[in-house]
Amino acid sequence: MKTILTIFWKEFRGYFNSPIAYIFIISFLVFTNWLFFKGFFLMNQASLRSFFSILPWVFLFLAPAVTMRSWAEEKKLGTIELLMTLPVKDYEVVLGKFLASFIFLIVTLLCSIPLPLTVMAVGNPDVGPIWGGYLGAFFMGGAYLAIGCFASSLTENQIVAFIIAIFLSFALLIIGENLVIMNLPAALVPVFTFLGLGAHFESIGRGVIDSRDIIYYISIIGFFLFLNGLSVESRKWK
Amino acid sequence: MIEVNNISKNFGPTQAVKNVSFNVNKGEVVGFLGPNGAGKSTTMRILTCYLPADAGTAKIAGFDVATQSLEVRKRIGYLPENNPLYMEMGVLESLHYIAALRDIPHAARKEKIRKAVDMCGLEPILSKDIGELSKGFRQRLGLAQALIHDPDIMILDEPTIGLDPNQIIEIRNLIKSIGREKTVILSSHILPEVSATCDRVLIINRGEIVGSGTPEELAAMAKGGQAVHASIRGPLSQIQEKIQSLAGAREVSVTGEDNGITRLTIKTDPGTDLCEEIFFLVSRNSWSLSELYRETITLEDVFRELTREG
Repeated sequence: MKTILTIFWKEFRGYFNSPIAYIFIISFLVFTNWLFFKGFFLMNQASLRSFFSILPWVFLFLAPAVTMRSWAEEKKLGTIELLMTLPVKDYEVVLGKFLASFIFLIVTLLCSIPLPLTVMAVGNPDVGPIWGGYLGAFFMGGAYLAIGCFASSLTENQIVAFIIAIFLSFALLIIGENLVIMNLPAALVPVFTFLGLGAHFESIGRGVIDSRDIIYYISIIGFFLFLNGLSVESRKWK
Repeated sequence: MIEVNNISKNFGPTQAVKNVSFNVNKGEVVGFLGPNGAGKSTTMRILTCYLPADAGTAKIAGFDVATQSLEVRKRIGYLPENNPLYMEMGVLESLHYIAALRDIPHAARKEKIRKAVDMCGLEPILSKDIGELSKGFRQRLGLAQALIHDPDIMILDEPTIGLDPNQIIEIRNLIKSIGREKTVILSSHILPEVSATCDRVLIINRGEIVGSGTPEELAAMAKGGQAVHASIRGPLSQIQEKIQSLAGAREVSVTGEDNGITRLTIKTDPGTDLCEEIFFLVSRNSWSLSELYRETITLEDVFRELTREG
């Protein structure tokens, strides 16, 4: 546990040691606020629905940008050899790195708090979906980040890691969206909707917290972190 | 302290390490010598549990590198090839990070870091970022990171590569002082370095150990006898004839002549030293001697001999 925290803290601080973190947070806020306020006054509805509904697509690009460095950089610099020859267990490093990106994402999301505050100031929104939206965003973001960490462990090139992560998360997002579902035989529709990254987020976002949705995201996170661990261990395969 | 038994490692079709076995005793400083790509780094990576061996076993301080990896890793300090460092971190920050991952208790951490900083002379750069450091300081920081937990065993992969001569001497002295208390394996392809720092040398070529011993023993292993070079003023034919008749002289060849001084190379039987004999011969005949020296076989010759491309 101590090792996980040590790695978490080093990685988390690492985000703020470079301008990446600030660029990331600012572009997230500018982009989401712009998209949100573009429609907010037109629709004249005191709700954050339109903010949350674009998150799956915003995360598609932003989460891979957060995680692309985590393993690729270590491989490129060779520090992975330094790290993995210290008395640390593989899973501790995997969890520490994931946790750092996860907390970073939460910090970023919390920076958007002025948005619900504004909405509450000008109207009288239903608070349930706002809580639900944030909670869902944490879990969904975690799933994107786990995919991103795994992608980063596959290569020493950050750009390649970024693209693999977008590709994987896009695939997992799109299979649950109408675009794909429309063309499927009816029997497969519930399966694909269930597997898609977005549907569970929408369901949590309605303010109804169903354990299935939470379990879905935790399983996706667990699955990709497991693959991440395998990929770190793969140097030892014969 | 370190026991390696018949380890082998393949990367696809290339055999990087073939049946390598050796032992290192407590307190020894052993040098791994070999051309680039000979399998030095791979062997070190196996010993530090970064890569597994395909066959064979290795034990460090009694722990098997394959099955008791954490115990092994606790007991070694490792400087990987090219000294990878977290460039964006501060010097002190990275030492704290390594110390924390080494599970050095919080109370002892400052003290241990101070010791490593003193030993490696990092005081002047403590507040800098690693990215700003010169190569010499980076190397010292790498060493400081490797010895922060005061390990019994240190494995250093090319600790002086890419440094200038002054820095090489500094690092070499540092390694010597480390070697007084610890068991050290270091790899290098710079020969004077190995003979200056190591008690014993293992020469490795194409994944196999081709020679092992003290630098002196290895020199003695080199094939062929020794040679003596002499420059003598006097009648050429007489000189050649008389030297040839000395016991132990195998072959006398004239390598040059100017202003009446003849330069000769005398190959001798192994173990015989003709220098004195030649001096007396010259003085008996009232010739004059302007140069007389024995060719010393350097580690370099041994290395070239043992690692020559077949």
